[in-house]
Amino acid sequence: MDLNFSDDELAFRDEVRAFLDKNLPAALAAKVKGGKRLVKEDMDTWHAILNRQGWLAESWPVEFGGTGWNAVQQQIFEDECCAAGAPRTVPFGLKMLAPVLIKYGSEEQKRTYLPRILDGSDWWCQGYSEPGAGSDLASLKTKAIRDGDHYVVNGQKTWTTLGQYANKIFCLVRTSTEGKPQEGISFLLIDMETPGITVRPIILLEGTHEVNEVFFDDVRVPVANLVGEENRGWTYAKYLLTHERTNIANVGANKVSLAHLKHIGQHQKIRGRPLIEDPLFAARLAEIEMDLDAMATTNLRLLSSPDSAANAGPMSSMLKIKGTEIRQALNDLTRRALGPYAMPFVSEALDTGYNEAPIGPDYAAPVSQEYFNNRKISIYGGSNEIQRGIISKMMGL
Amino acid sequence: MDFNHSDDRTMLKDMVSRFLADNYPLAVRNRSAESTEGFSRDIWQQFAELGLIGALFDEQHGGFGGAGFDISVLFEALGRGLVNEPFLASAILGGGLIAQLGNDVQKDILTEVISGKTLLALAHGEPESRFDPAQVTCRASQTDSGWTIDGHKAVVLNGDSADILVVTARVSGGDWDEDGISAFLVPAGQSGVEIRGYPTIDGLHAAEIHLSSVEMGGDALLGPIGKAFPAIELAVARANIALASEAIGLMDVCRDMTLDYLQTRKQFGVPIGKFQALQHRMATVLMEIEQARSACINAAGRLDLPRVQREQAVSTAKALAGRVGRLVAEEAIQMHGGIAMTWEFDLGHYAKRLIMIDNQFGDVDYHLARFAELSRTAA
Repeated sequence: MDLNFSDDELAFRDEVRAFLDKNLPAALAAKVKGGKRLVKEDMDTWHAILNRQGWLAESWPVEFGGTGWNAVQQQIFEDECCAAGAPRTVPFGLKMLAPVLIKYGSEEQKRTYLPRILDGSDWWCQGYSEPGAGSDLASLKTKAIRDGDHYVVNGQKTWTTLGQYANKIFCLVRTSTEGKPQEGISFLLIDMETPGITVRPIILLEGTHEVNEVFFDDVRVPVANLVGEENRGWTYAKYLLTHERTNIANVGANKVSLAHLKHIGQHQKIRGRPLIEDPLFAARLAEIEMDLDAMATTNLRLLSSPDSAANAGPMSSMLKIKGTEIRQALNDLTRRALGPYAMPFVSEALDTGYNEAPIGPDYAAPVSQEYFNNRKISIYGGSNEIQRGIISKMMGL
Repeated sequence: MDFNHSDDRTMLKDMVSRFLADNYPLAVRNRSAESTEGFSRDIWQQFAELGLIGALFDEQHGGFGGAGFDISVLFEALGRGLVNEPFLASAILGGGLIAQLGNDVQKDILTEVISGKTLLALAHGEPESRFDPAQVTCRASQTDSGWTIDGHKAVVLNGDSADILVVTARVSGGDWDEDGISAFLVPAGQSGVEIRGYPTIDGLHAAEIHLSSVEMGGDALLGPIGKAFPAIELAVARANIALASEAIGLMDVCRDMTLDYLQTRKQFGVPIGKFQALQHRMATVLMEIEQARSACINAAGRLDLPRVQREQAVSTAKALAGRVGRLVAEEAIQMHGGIAMTWEFDLGHYAKRLIMIDNQFGDVDYHLARFAELSRTAA
C-alpha cells in the first residue's frame, strides 16, 4: 500500500500543469472560476486547444486519436484541469458516443465520426429520455420503421442537454415491440439538419437554458446510421452508461468547490470574525471535507482495481451517488454561508461583459443559481434511486 | 387546550384562500414577480380592501388582529399561494416598528399602511451583519436641527418600492451593542438616499441602500434615543413567525404535489408511489412537516410570553422551518425527477421560495446557536 503517486504519475501531473499554465486562456479560466455562463464558443475554444495537444480524447485508445492514458492518469488530468479553471469538455461526443462507436460501430462510422468529434465539426447530443421514459428508460416509444434504405423516425426526446448547439444526435429508438422492452431498441445516429426535426428549449427552474425537447416527425435516417445490430441498442446504451468511470465522482470539481467555500468562509463575517471560525459552520465544513477526502481515495481505489471492469456498473453507481451528494452538500453550505446575500439574483451578472458592481460580495452572484441548478445531478444520468437499485442488485438483494 | 382557530381566524383563512384560488394563479404571480417592483400594486390594493393588512395590526393601531396566530394563519395562506406582495416588509417589519415605537403623529402613517396606500420597508441588515439584529454600524449623529445618517443597508426587502424607509442606525456604543440603536423614518426620496433595487432568486425584490449624509429633522426619530433594540428584536420575532408560517404553507403545497405525482406518474408499469424506497421518504416528509407546524404553533402562541421563552420558541420555529423546508424542497424535486427542474412546472417556484426563507432572518445554524445561548441565559 502506498498512498502517494508514483514518480511517473508525478511527472505526468507536472506535465499537465505546465501545459495548462501555458495554454489555458486566463480569461476563460476567470470565467469558469467566477461562475459565469459559458457559451458555445468557450467550449469550442477549449476543445481546439486540447485537440492541438492531442489531449482532447483522454479516454480513447491511441489508434483513434486518443491519449491511451490509464484511468489514474485520466483522473490526474481531470483534477488538474478543474483546479486550473478549465471548462469541462463536452461529454456527448467524446465520452458517450465515441466509446460506443469504438466498440460497436462500423469501420465506416469510426472513420467518419471520430475525427469530426476531435476537430469540432460535429457537436453531438443525446436522445435517450422521453416524457414517459425517464428512470424506466427501456419503456421508450420513439419509433423507427424501416422503409427501404431508411428508417422513418417518429416521436419525442427530452432533457437533451445543449441540443441547441448540436448538429448531430445519437438516439435510442424502438424498432420492435416484440419480447422484453429492452430487446426492441436500436441505436441510431441522426443529423439534426434532417427535415422533420424540431428543437424546443426547456427553461430550468433558475431560468437557464441547458436542456431541450427534440421532436421527430417522419424523419428519414439512412440505414447506414444504425450502430451495430438492429434491436441491440440497449446493450450499447448500457455499455455507454457503465463505461465511463473516470471522473464520474467529479473529485476535481468537488475539491475546487470546497476550496471556494473555504475562501467564502474566510471572507464572510459573523460577529466581526471570519465565518470559518464559527464552530457550527466549521463542523459542517469539516463533515463535507472528510467525506470528500475519503471519496477521493475510494475513487482511485476503484479506478486502479484490476477487477474494476467486471464491476463497472455498481462502481459507477457508487461514485455517482457519493460525488453528487457531496457536491449538493457543498452547494447547500455555500448558499448558507452567504446569509442574506444568497437572495439577490441578477441573471445578467452571470454573462460576460456585465460591468456593474456586484450586489454584495463578488462571489455571491452564481451561488443560489448553482444550488438550484445542481439539484439535477442526483436526477440525471440515472437518478440516485436507480443507482442504489443497481448496487443492491449487485449485492444479491 | 384547543388547537382550533377562532371563528374570525378561520374566516380570514378561508377568505384569503378563496381569493387566491380565484385571482392569483401561479402564472399571474410569476408575471408580477418579473415586473419592475416584483409584485402587483393592483393586487396589493385588493388585499388591503379585504382587510389582510389590517389583520396584522391590533385595534389600537387601526387593525383588527396583530396577534401571533393572526400572523401565522395569514402567512400560511400566503405561502400556499406563493404571494409576493410586501406583507412582511410593509406590515410586519416597517409597520411593526412604527406601532411599537412611534408617537401619535408617526403612528398616523399606519392608517395609510393598512389601507395599502403607503409602503414601508425596514432598512436594518448590513453587508456584514448577517443575521445579528444588534450589529448596526450605520451611524446617526445629532445636529442642531435633527440627525445626519450615514451607512449601507443590505438586502432590504422591497426597499425599492417603499415610500418610507424605517432605517436603523447607531447613535452610541460599539458595533454589536444592543444599546445605542435608534430607528428613523426616512422618505425614500430624501436627498442622500440611493436605492439599488433588484430581483431575488425566489421572485421577490430587495435593495441595497446607501445613505450619505442624509439630513433628517428631529421628528424622524422613532422612540427614545438609542433604545430601539427591544422593538427590533420583537419585529424580527414576528417576522420569523411569518416566515416559518409561510414555509408551512409552501411545504404543504410541495407535499401535496409530490403525493399526487407519486400516485399518477408511472414507471416500470406502476405508479412510482408503489416503490417502498419512495413511500418511506414521503412518510418522513409528512412527519417532519407536522413537527415544523407544531413548532410554528408554539411560537405564535408564545409571542406574548417573557422574552427568553418567546425567543426560544421563535428560534425553534425558524430552525425547523429551515431544516424541514430544505428536506421538503429537495425531496419534492428529487421524487418528481426532471420535470420539477423546469420553469414551466409549478413546483420549482415553491421550492425556491421555501429554500430562501432559510436565508432570511436567521438560518438553521443561527437559530440553533441562538437557542443554545438563550438556554444558557435562562439557566
